[in-house]
Formats: sequence, C-alpha cells, structure tokens
Amino acid sequence: MLLIPCPWCGPRAENEYRCGGESPIVRPADPTATDDDAWADYLFYRDNAKGLSFERWHHQWGCGVWFNVARDTVSHQILAVYGITDPRPLLESGA
Amino acid sequence: MSGYRLDHGGDIDRDRPIRFRWEGRHYTGFVGDTLASALLASGVRMVGRSFKYHRPRGLIAAGLDEPNFIVQLGRGARTTPNLKAPYVELYEGLDAAPVNAWPSLRLDLLAVNELFKRFIPAAFYYKSFMWPNWGLFEPLIRKAAGLGTAPALADPDHYAQTSAHIDTLIVGGGIAGLAAAHHAATSGQSVMLVTGGRHWGGRLAGTSDMVEGKPARIWIKDVLRTLGAMPNVTLMTRTIATGHFDHGMVSLCERLTDHLPPTEGSGPRQRLWRVRAGELILATGAIERPLVFRGNDRPGVMLAGAARAYLHRHGVVAGEDVVVATTNDSAWYAAFDLAEAGAQIVGIVDVRAAPSPALIERAQRLGIALYLGMAPAEALGRRAVRAVRIGRISHSGRIEGATRTLRCDLLLMAGGWSPAVHLHSQAGGRLHFDRRLNGFVPEPAGGYRCIGGAAGDFARYSTLAAARGQTAEQRHGPIHATLWSISQNGAPDAQAWVDFQNDVTAGDIALAARENFRSVEHLKRYTTLGMASDQGKTSNVNGIGILGDLLGKPIEAIGTTKFRPPYDPTPFGVFAGHRVGDGLRPRRHLARHDWHVARGAALDEYGGWMRPAAYPQTGESEADAVHREVLAVRSGVGIFEASPLGKIEVKGPDAAAFLDRMYVNRISTLKPGRCRYAIMLGENGTVFDDGVVTRLADDHFLVGTTSGHAAAVTEAFREWLRCEWTTMRVLVEDVTACWAVANIAGPKARALFRALPTDIDASGDAFPHMTARIGHIGGAPARVARVSFTGELSYEIAVPWRRAGDLWDALVTAGAAHALTPFGVEALMTMRIEKGFLHVGADTDGTTLPQDIGFGEIMRKKTDDFVGRRSAHRPDGLRPDRRSLVGLETTDGNAAPLTIGAHILPAGTGQPRPSDGWVTSSAWSPTLGVPLALAMVERGQARMGETVPIWDLGNWREARITDLCRYDREGTRLDG
Ligand SMILES: [Zn+2]
Repeated sequence: MLLIPCPWCGPRAENEYRCGGESPIVRPADPTATDDDAWADYLFYRDNAKGLSFERWHHQWGCGVWFNVARDTVSHQILAVYGITDPRPLLESGA
Repeated sequence: MSGYRLDHGGDIDRDRPIRFRWEGRHYTGFVGDTLASALLASGVRMVGRSFKYHRPRGLIAAGLDEPNFIVQLGRGARTTPNLKAPYVELYEGLDAAPVNAWPSLRLDLLAVNELFKRFIPAAFYYKSFMWPNWGLFEPLIRKAAGLGTAPALADPDHYAQTSAHIDTLIVGGGIAGLAAAHHAATSGQSVMLVTGGRHWGGRLAGTSDMVEGKPARIWIKDVLRTLGAMPNVTLMTRTIATGHFDHGMVSLCERLTDHLPPTEGSGPRQRLWRVRAGELILATGAIERPLVFRGNDRPGVMLAGAARAYLHRHGVVAGEDVVVATTNDSAWYAAFDLAEAGAQIVGIVDVRAAPSPALIERAQRLGIALYLGMAPAEALGRRAVRAVRIGRISHSGRIEGATRTLRCDLLLMAGGWSPAVHLHSQAGGRLHFDRRLNGFVPEPAGGYRCIGGAAGDFARYSTLAAARGQTAEQRHGPIHATLWSISQNGAPDAQAWVDFQNDVTAGDIALAARENFRSVEHLKRYTTLGMASDQGKTSNVNGIGILGDLLGKPIEAIGTTKFRPPYDPTPFGVFAGHRVGDGLRPRRHLARHDWHVARGAALDEYGGWMRPAAYPQTGESEADAVHREVLAVRSGVGIFEASPLGKIEVKGPDAAAFLDRMYVNRISTLKPGRCRYAIMLGENGTVFDDGVVTRLADDHFLVGTTSGHAAAVTEAFREWLRCEWTTMRVLVEDVTACWAVANIAGPKARALFRALPTDIDASGDAFPHMTARIGHIGGAPARVARVSFTGELSYEIAVPWRRAGDLWDALVTAGAAHALTPFGVEALMTMRIEKGFLHVGADTDGTTLPQDIGFGEIMRKKTDDFVGRRSAHRPDGLRPDRRSLVGLETTDGNAAPLTIGAHILPAGTGQPRPSDGWVTSSAWSPTLGVPLALAMVERGQARMGETVPIWDLGNWREARITDLCRYDREGTRLDG
C-alpha cells in the first residue's frame, strides 16, 4: 500500500485517496469544434507509462484536496508532489 | 509405535495433560504441545493422504512448511480447514481430522487413484478439460481434490484490525531477530518483534548449541528477559507476517484465541496489523529441503531439522531406529542430539565423500556408523518406512553399483536450506543463486534488511553482527553438495516426490520439460508444483534444480517464481474485520425511523438507507398495501419521508455559470425562488444523475440529486472545480443529512399545508408549481418546494434534521382531518411509472445518452457547452437506431406485470434474433387497473402503437408501445 504525501495532511495510506488518472489532461477549449479523433484522444487515450508517470490524486477520505503526483510505476517511488495547476517537474525515472 | 516422549526436556508441562481427538480417537498430550508433537509422541505415523493419489503420508516438518499434516479443526460454524498441524496448539477437547482421507486414513477408498497413477500424470486436469466428456470425471475429481471443507455456517467469531507506526519492525524470533530487537531497543527506538509460533529462538529453541559463550536456551531466555523489561519493546508470539507491500507496509496476522478451547476465548479471534516501520528487518530464517529419492514420501521419512525441533521444543524423539541422509552438516547435529537422547542412530548417509573431521570424530565417539559418498536409493515400507536402501551416488545423482539395506523406523533427510525469502520477494526484491548454499538468497534492496538464515547466513558470528548493524563478511556456513534428485537409472524418478502436498514427482517435472514447458512459471502451472497451500515452501527450489539439470542450464538461468502474499493461508474473517453483516455498510436510518416502524413499515434497503417499502396493515399483503397507498394519495393526501433525497448547496459568484456547465438544462436563466428539473451527464456523454435545481438567490443554488447519489455528484462537482475550472469562484457542500424532508402529496395536500403553523402562503397563485419558498413551520426554519414525483399536487418540506419530530407532529395533527396516509417507496415508484417519470439508475444504464430519454431537443437548443455534450454527439450517439425510453401496455390479457429485464424481440418466430431492448421499470397500476412498464426499445419513439413480443422468464408476452405518461397527461392534477 502506497504511502502518499498529501500536501496538506502529510504522509497518508493509499486507501484514503482516489487516483484521478493521468494529469494534466487538457480539455479542448471548444469541444463542438473538436473532431471525433481529437475528442477521443482527450477522453480515452492515456500514456500508461511504465516508469515515470504523472497523475492527479484526491485525498477523498482526508482533507479533500486534489494534487499532482509524479510516481514511478515500476519502483513505486513517489518522486514529486505538486499543485494541481503547477507544471510537471523535470524528473528522471526513479527505477 | 515409533515416536515417543522423553521424561525430560522440551518446553512442555508434563503435569498438565491435555485430552484431544484425532480422527475420532482419543489421545493425550501436554500443555506446550502442538497437534503434531503430541501425535508424534503418541507413535502416530500416518497423518494424511496425498492430494492426488491419496498415498499415506507422515509428518515431515515442524513449521508452516509442513506439506502433509494438514487438518480440519473443530466442527460446525467454527470448523477451520487446511491448518498445518505443527502450528495447531493443543487445547482440552481439540478435535481434528485429516483433510484428504475419505472415509478414514487407514481405509481410504480414493487411494485407488494411486493404482491409476500412470493415467493421472502432470497436467492431467488441463488435458482432461479438452476432452468432450469432462463431465464424467468431474464429480470424482472434485471429491478427490479434498483440501478441507469451508464452514457452511456464519462465522461466530469476530476479528480485529489495527495499525502501528514504529521505529523498527523485526520479523522472526530466532537469535537473529532477538539480537536485532535488543540492539534497536537499546538505542531507545520503539521496537516490534514478531514470531509465528509460541516459541522464541527459532531452530535453536531448547538446544544447548553455544551462542556467545552460553547454551542457546539460556542466551534466548536472557535476551527475552531483558526485552520484556523494556517499555519500548513489543513482543508478539503467534503472529505471522503475511505480506510485505508497497512502501514497506507489512501485514501481520496475530492469533489471539486459537490456542484456547472455543468456549474459553474472549475478544477477537485474530487481529490484522498494518505496520509501517522506519526500519524493517526480515529475520525469517530458512526452510529445509527434502531429498528427492524413490519413496521419500513414506510416513517416517522426516526433515532432519524437524526431528531436532521436536526433540528440543517438545521432548519428543521421532523414532527409535534412525537413519540420517544428508548433503550438509546440519543433519549431523540432529543425529548427535537424538543419539544423546537415547535413539539408536543406525547410520549417517552423507553424499559428500569427506565431511569435516570434527563431525566424523564426534559420530565415531557416539558409535554411529557412517556411509560417506552414499545416498538413499529408496525408502521401503508400505504404510510407514521400515528400511532404506542406500548406495554410492555419482556426480549426476545416480545410484551406482550394489545397494545395501538399513532397517529403520525414522529416516531423516537433509537436502540443504532455502532462505525464507517470501517477504523479500513479495516486495519486488530480487534473488541470486548462491553456489555454496545451493539456494536463492536475497539481493540487497532499499527500505529493509534481511539477516541470518533469511539472508543465507548460517553462521552465528556473522548473523549476530548483522543483527547489530555491523558488517561481518565471515559467513562460514555449511557447504552443501549439489544434489537435486537421486535416480536409479539416470532419469528423474516418477516415484520420487518433489511437491508432497500437490503430489508432483521428479518424473512429472521431466514430463513437463519433455513437453517443452521450460519456463519456471510454465512448469509451475503445468505440474502444479508449488501451487498448494504451502506455496512450495519445501519443493520450489528442488523443482527448479531438477529442471535446470534436465535442461542442462545453470539454475540461475531458470530463475524462480514470484512469491505472493499471504505467507500462509489466512482466514477471510481477519481481512474482513468488522466489515461483516451490518458492519459491511452501515445502514442509514431516516429522521423518523421510529415513527415508520411504529406504523408497521416494511423496511427495505434503498441505496444504503432503510426506508419503508410500504406500511402493510394487519391482514394486508405488501402488494395490497402499495395499492391502497397509491389510491389514498391519488384521492386524498399521503405523507412520504424523502430525507435521503440528495441536497447540495452550490454558492458563489460563478455558481450559475458553473451549473450551466454541469447540466444539460440551462440553469442561469432560472429566477430566484424557482425550480427546474435537470439532468447531468458524465464527460463520456452518458446520463449520470437527475434532480431538481432550485435557485435560492442570485449566487445560491440548492441542487437535488437521486437518493444515495449526493456524495458522487458532490465529488464530481468538486473535481471539475478543483482540476479544470480552477478560477471559478464556487463552493459546493453536501447538506443531505442536514435536512429532513417530508413530502405531502395528493389533491388535499394544499388544505393540509395551510393547516400547518407556517408563515408560507400556500394559495395557488402565491406558491405555484416548480417554485420554492423559505419560511418557518412551527418555529423551525423550512425550505418548501412545489415539486412532484407522483403527479399530484405536492409539497416537499425540508426542516433541520433534528426538527423532523416537530414537523411530523404538526403534519399528523393537521392530517387527522384529511385521513393522511403514510406511503412508502413502492407506492411512489408505482405512481412515477404511471406518470412515466424517469428513474436514473433504473431506466438508464452506463450507455444511456440524453437523446435516448427525450432530452435531444433541450440539448439542441442550449448554445453553450456542458459536460458530456460533445461525447453525446459522437457517431454512436447519432445512430438513428438507438434505443429510446417508451411506455409499454400489455395486450395479452395477462394481469401480471412484466418482469424487469424481460426482452423485447423483433416480430417473427423461431430463429434466435437479437433483442430490441428490455423492460426497465414495471408495476401494477392500481389507478388504471392494468400492468404498466417502461422500456428501452430500439427506435422506440418512432414505433408508437406497435405490438411487440416479449420474452419474459421463459414465457412469451405481448405489449403495445405507448407514450411514457399514462396518467393525467395534461398535468391538471399538479395544482390539486
Ligand atoms: Zn489531505
């Protein structure tokens, strides 16, 4: 079970959180003008990286904050935690 | 009789006998015994039948590695299957039976399997599945594949769960773990030390082996006394570390009452611990490997280390005439100790031509015959071993030249030691093969350390140094000869067992290799090697070694399978903890729960809430009650508690703009004091929720959701606000449980409302349909909305939860003049089906788009974007043949309502044909006197009036497609 550092509460067990998937996912500015392929790309397609990946997590059973996590999906190392609107940090995979 | 008890020694209390039953017969052991030690001391040799061939089997191990002595403990609701007898502590009245024998151990009718052994080779099950008549074999195989019986009754015990955060967790109570605990505790850290059984000291428990100048049993006692006096140390026996998970979390299963008679235990039976430690030390020791030779599974063939453990822990000598067969030094000490305890050591058979002179000298002093460079060719005997044939062993493991026979009733085998790397491997740790040990040892990993036998370190000096955080390279552990299996003719022997529990032989491994299952993972699944409840503790490494020999590959190139939690089978109950029965999901009670119960409500669970389904009166069926309640509402006035209705407050300067983005309907045009029915989509375009949105003020909305869905809608709102529209100034709060809600409905509802002590004007013009008013009722703040799910004039009255009693009192008092009738969820559902009102989650599913439920036009008219809009317009959403929601009216003269889920089929008969849709809601309509239904039907809205065949639970029905609304289409009743 991962131990995830909530920016507000500190390290808490994974089962207090909900993973919101890859982050950021940019919503097209004008959906009606977006063609089917581009919309499907926004809605369904994800990197699913082996190794360094960027996700948003929600401290659902804690303070309720949404934040970003850079995580290595092989080593399970958490490499960075940053605000929901902050840019992705420059990182090497921790594996 | 073979094993016997000494009159001294062992950690047992000879003054306190314990009577117990095994296979229905009475035996006696002592306090401190396990089921295994007590039966061994009673001379019992055959303790089980093997899984596949039902061969007689005996005890071979002294721990959780035991593959043969697997028992079913107790009876009735408390019966527990698949326990390893060396871990079953005796208590008065214990009642155990073998799991794989039927009807009994001595007369096992399924032992005929052994006669058919050549027809049940490795992968028999897989191959048989491909036969056309698998069904012929299945009943026999299921009967034969015993492995115990799960209790058929609810578990009467309860289980606890807890968490611990400590500085140092040490797993394993041998000298490595004890020394590590002492070292960590001395520096002031909080320390938790756990051991699986009730003994401390591991393999040295009770021995006189010297540790730092003292006999081990004294050293262990001294360290324990010191640790026991330290407030920062927690010592836990009967506690198995079952798993090692991400980020260092370790799960422990602590057995609290299993060692007591069921009537004496109090409190939880077992406790699950989730432990996170600053430092984790794995001192889990090592597991001895059997030798693989013909007949090695006969009762009376035992691991040498186990015999030594039974001697020192329980004062039991496992046999009278003992032959010891080994590849390494450790078994020699077992021979010496047993000789000194009075057993006759017939001989030590060592595959090495030249073991250390010190060992040879000591053996000769004890008068033990030595057979060096030799190995057991075959264990002889039927129900138990009576002799062993031994011979010279070649480098390749083949018996060469003449053999000779040694008589014995106990044959000890010692094939080397495999570090117990399970917890290391579970956490993703890597292994490498150590050629000196002939075993897999852990590679150093981040976050924890392995020490002692678990690290492949079998020397006391270096083990104690590592336990104290020092590095000591001097690992002068035993050198093991390489010998994976012993054969008669050079080929792996089909009568030499590798996995005792799953009945896998060296011959089975050869068969798998011949059929090209050469990866260790394939080997495992094809032969079932290591897949039994012991996860191959005694068999995996031997199996890998044999496969390596067969393929001519170094064992490193074969690799190992991955270990997965739990280390030993763990009861479901301990994982469930308190989450059973009502604890699984706490039932939520309505504000007026007691009032409903007092009125005879038939309660049922709806989305976690216990709600009245109906209020049957004496002599009335529930269906009759529903019909009576519907008619009472349609003709007078009824009261319904609607408190679970989701209520979310949305407030802020951007609240209106935000809700425009969340709902298909436009919300920003709503005037304060007015309500609007609206539906919400997921971003994938499917219907997520519906409800009534009320504008309380310019910047303040009350959003209604489906009962039980308020939390999910709140989370969705917040995710959009926090992650996407981060600059919008909106606050969202779920206030569902803050407000209790009474719904009064029916033509007399206005008269009832006006009789309440309220400052809200309820005259028709002042308070029209789809508006809301804020005021007071009997001094309590109230929010009242004119919304209707029944089709009747209706007031939805919300007061603070704790004022619900006052509201009900006022309604009941005022209602006396109007025959106010309580109605339940089923009457409400019947009325909404009569009106054709959508019920999200019943009439919709995860594929339903707004255009399928009549929201296409509203979507088209709204110019702005909203969540899900674009997705609803993907090509699949634009198909003209989509299903749409319609009404159904049966035309077959059958008064029974259609079954929800019944399929609407295209006209025509005979051939299988794809379904056109299904019934989503159905009820008998007491108002109209006919059965009514709603259904999702392909192109349904374009097929009004069509008669369709319906396949309903094996019967053909017939119905006509109609409009959704079947009652008061003009809506005149809404105003009473
Ligand atoms: Zn938090």
